[in-house]
Amino acid sequence: MASVFFTLMFLSVIGYFCWYLVVKSEDTIDSSYNARLDTFSTRVVRGEIRGKNGEVLARTVEDGEGNETREYPYSNLFAHVAGYSDAGTTGLEAAANQYLLSTHLSLLEQVDNEMKEVKNPGDNVVTTLDPYLQQLAYDALGDYNGACVIMEPGTGKILAMVSRPDFDPNTVAADWEYLISEENEEANLLNRATQGLYPPGSTFKLLTTLEYIRENPENWGNYQYECEGSMKYGDSVMSCYEGHVHGVLDLRLSLANSCNTSFATIGGTLDLDKFHSLCESFLFNQALPLPEAMEYRQSSFVLDGNSGLSERVQTAIGQGRTMISPLHNAMIVSAIANGGTLMSPYVMERVESADGKVVKQFMPESAGKLLSASEAETLTDFMVAVVNEGTSPSLQSDSYQVAGKTGSAEFNSNKEDSHAWFVGFAPAKNPEIVVSIIYENGGTGGSVATKGAKKIFEGYFSR
Amino acid sequence: MTNIGIQAAKYIMLVLILLYTLSTYHYLRMKTHKGRNQACGMQLFCMFALHLTGYLAIILYTGETAMVYFYLVQVVFFILYLVLFRVFYKKASRLLLNNTCMLLSISFIMLTRLGAERAVRHFIITAVAAAIAMVAPLIVRRMRYLWRFGWIYAAIGIVALMAIFAFSTVKHGAYLSFDIGGLFSLQPSEFVKITFVFFVASMFQTSLSFKRVFVTTAVAALHVLILVASKDLGAALIYFIAYLLMLFVATRSYFYLIGGAAAGSIAAVLAYRVFGHVKVRVQVWQDPWLDATGDGWQILQALFAIGSGGFLGTGLYQGMPEKIPVVRSDFIFAGISEEMGGIFAIALLLICLSCLLQFLWISTWMDGMFYKIIAFGLAAVYGAQVFLNIGGVIKFIPSTGITLPFVSHGGSSILSTFIMFGIIQGLYILKQDEVDRIEQEEKLERRRQALHAKRYEAGAAGVGNPGERTRRDSPGRRAYQKSK
Repeated sequence: MASVFFTLMFLSVIGYFCWYLVVKSEDTIDSSYNARLDTFSTRVVRGEIRGKNGEVLARTVEDGEGNETREYPYSNLFAHVAGYSDAGTTGLEAAANQYLLSTHLSLLEQVDNEMKEVKNPGDNVVTTLDPYLQQLAYDALGDYNGACVIMEPGTGKILAMVSRPDFDPNTVAADWEYLISEENEEANLLNRATQGLYPPGSTFKLLTTLEYIRENPENWGNYQYECEGSMKYGDSVMSCYEGHVHGVLDLRLSLANSCNTSFATIGGTLDLDKFHSLCESFLFNQALPLPEAMEYRQSSFVLDGNSGLSERVQTAIGQGRTMISPLHNAMIVSAIANGGTLMSPYVMERVESADGKVVKQFMPESAGKLLSASEAETLTDFMVAVVNEGTSPSLQSDSYQVAGKTGSAEFNSNKEDSHAWFVGFAPAKNPEIVVSIIYENGGTGGSVATKGAKKIFEGYFSR
Repeated sequence: MTNIGIQAAKYIMLVLILLYTLSTYHYLRMKTHKGRNQACGMQLFCMFALHLTGYLAIILYTGETAMVYFYLVQVVFFILYLVLFRVFYKKASRLLLNNTCMLLSISFIMLTRLGAERAVRHFIITAVAAAIAMVAPLIVRRMRYLWRFGWIYAAIGIVALMAIFAFSTVKHGAYLSFDIGGLFSLQPSEFVKITFVFFVASMFQTSLSFKRVFVTTAVAALHVLILVASKDLGAALIYFIAYLLMLFVATRSYFYLIGGAAAGSIAAVLAYRVFGHVKVRVQVWQDPWLDATGDGWQILQALFAIGSGGFLGTGLYQGMPEKIPVVRSDFIFAGISEEMGGIFAIALLLICLSCLLQFLWISTWMDGMFYKIIAFGLAAVYGAQVFLNIGGVIKFIPSTGITLPFVSHGGSSILSTFIMFGIIQGLYILKQDEVDRIEQEEKLERRRQALHAKRYEAGAAGVGNPGERTRRDSPGRRAYQKSK
């Protein structure tokens, strides 16, 4: 009996040991406290980071004397998402570090390299990034600071992720002093797509609308509001964009015209605790379901039952203290586009050995159902109205239907100082891409953002 | 080129240890002498081949001729040890002997890789310890009155453990050892675990009354408390587990087992509340990342090492085991796993298990209570120590800071392990003596009866005297008589 007892104890140790090696160890050893990681590069040539069609985004070249340099053929274009490895590691260079420094070359070739005393080539990481779309997004931002995320709603694949201002990863080590110096106020190194937090502006009305629908499941269709261009609440005045008088609106047209006074009124009727939990279910104040190594900042939503009238009204139209990152906004729209299910965003598609064998394949994963299929359908219908009947007629096209929402996020009391947002997807039926784009200081009304989105959709559908 | 050699050596060593482990379990299943001898031959081949391969890799990497001599001296040691043991004790368990050599050879390879100078010192201590412990089986075999000294064992144990407070040097936050003449340090708890087992066995030999159990438990608890006070948690836990199991085997009382386990759990919770150092160990186990550069550093480095090595290992000199604090003694398992591979490490654990099973089976074979409990107690001490060491290194349980017998660096550990194995060998030999004597007597009896029948047939008068057996006052003997 004692034999059985001790044998079981020992077997449980072995079981745990195997579990650790198979399941847990890969994440554990990928730590900056693990000195072993630094020495991998003395035995392995860092692998390539590639675009979805094999385009080289980052590679290591050797001169005749065994000196290695990391090259980024697209220079600034992928600066944030691909990252760099010459001054610390960031972006994919950090997230994929361990893959890039491991080799799965066939044993025979490894032995052959060993004999010739050359380093083994590391594995290559193939991403979901599409240089064509990345360039479109980059050009769409033009000279503005801001960020753009393009993703595939059905899978969560990130096709493009741009943040500006940027930097050249080829020379980041040389430019380092300037980039981090105090006189440089641009924050070039920050990936605004994941780490930039902005007020969502009118794009947030999507969630206000959804909350209203949930609180009035039977009769939201009967909602009616007569817009007079402005309204008083407490001691303040809320007015619609450029004082437009929208006239009589139902819920759909309220969103299509982005009518502030209508939404302020809706905001006054909402159960704030329920609204709070809706926003948390849409990942405000929550960890985002992103690949572990991706750096980001959490979005925040502070309104609850204790908030005052002014905050309640401001929050309903996307101002107030609500903050969101461009990637998170893309994820919300992506869930709407995908029938309610949010697919976790990812950038690494697969890891290949230098001779092309697939070492590891990353699969799309659901992050849960954020809204029902019928809710998603209703919101899509409203977002189509934004384009066809509302604020963004310039996005109309004969060859595809866009569903979207613009926004201008005021970041101080001067109305002219606002960021311009656009979030949306196309085609409205069977969506292929989601676009989330923000222009810092893009001005009110979102027209800059609409123009940018237009360029991206045109480019995508004319390819 | 060097790397190819290292990698080839890695695979060869993996195959050899797997073959060795298989033949160990094959041996345990074997019933015939011939089959067992074949298994033992296989084991010796694997052990020497593995030792050679390991040192070839070391010599290839370091390019030092001194390593060749060091290797050869070790081979001489192994041969001498195996031959002398078998000359002195013909009936010794070959499996335990082979396992001893296998564990030592793995230890020598790893310690040499970690630094030749200290490995040489450790080797010398090992050789001396092996020589000293050679008398252990003889003592057990000849001194049949060892069960009489119960209170003397207790006195020696408690005084030795207390002495630590008077003369100790603090090491890794615990009072563990004291220096003797500045030459080497002695860790009493390593040796007291043997007197502890002898004490308990002596007490239970003569009586299992409630009063006796109570007194014994109180003295055992005193041992444990002194260890806890000196912050030697690993040893305290080993003593506790061993005592509980010995008590259960002696009394067969689930009341004692469950009651003891419950009392132990309460004590553990109390210790967690009261002692800061216990709390730290548990917190580090729950989440080493909380204090990754402080208390969590050691376990994380061990996990990095094991994880980086994977199942196959990096090959000797290809990892960074020297990054793990105390890798030579308490954390040697992580270093072995990193460079020789997870599979190798599992095989190592299975070899330890085969030693333990051998201990336990010897315990069930033994007739008298005293010997039974000694074998069982030593088995429990050994089993608990291996479990706590490896479980702690891989973060299966909180780390308690104890050595891996025969594998870790450390003179006290190596000598006490040799003595433990020697005692078990003594018991094994004792049992073999018994078996031989019974066979001998049966043979004589048969012959006598045959003679008697012949005489009867011949019609001769007079009855053969069955002959007085010499009675010696040995517990084994008495139990044997009783069981008849």
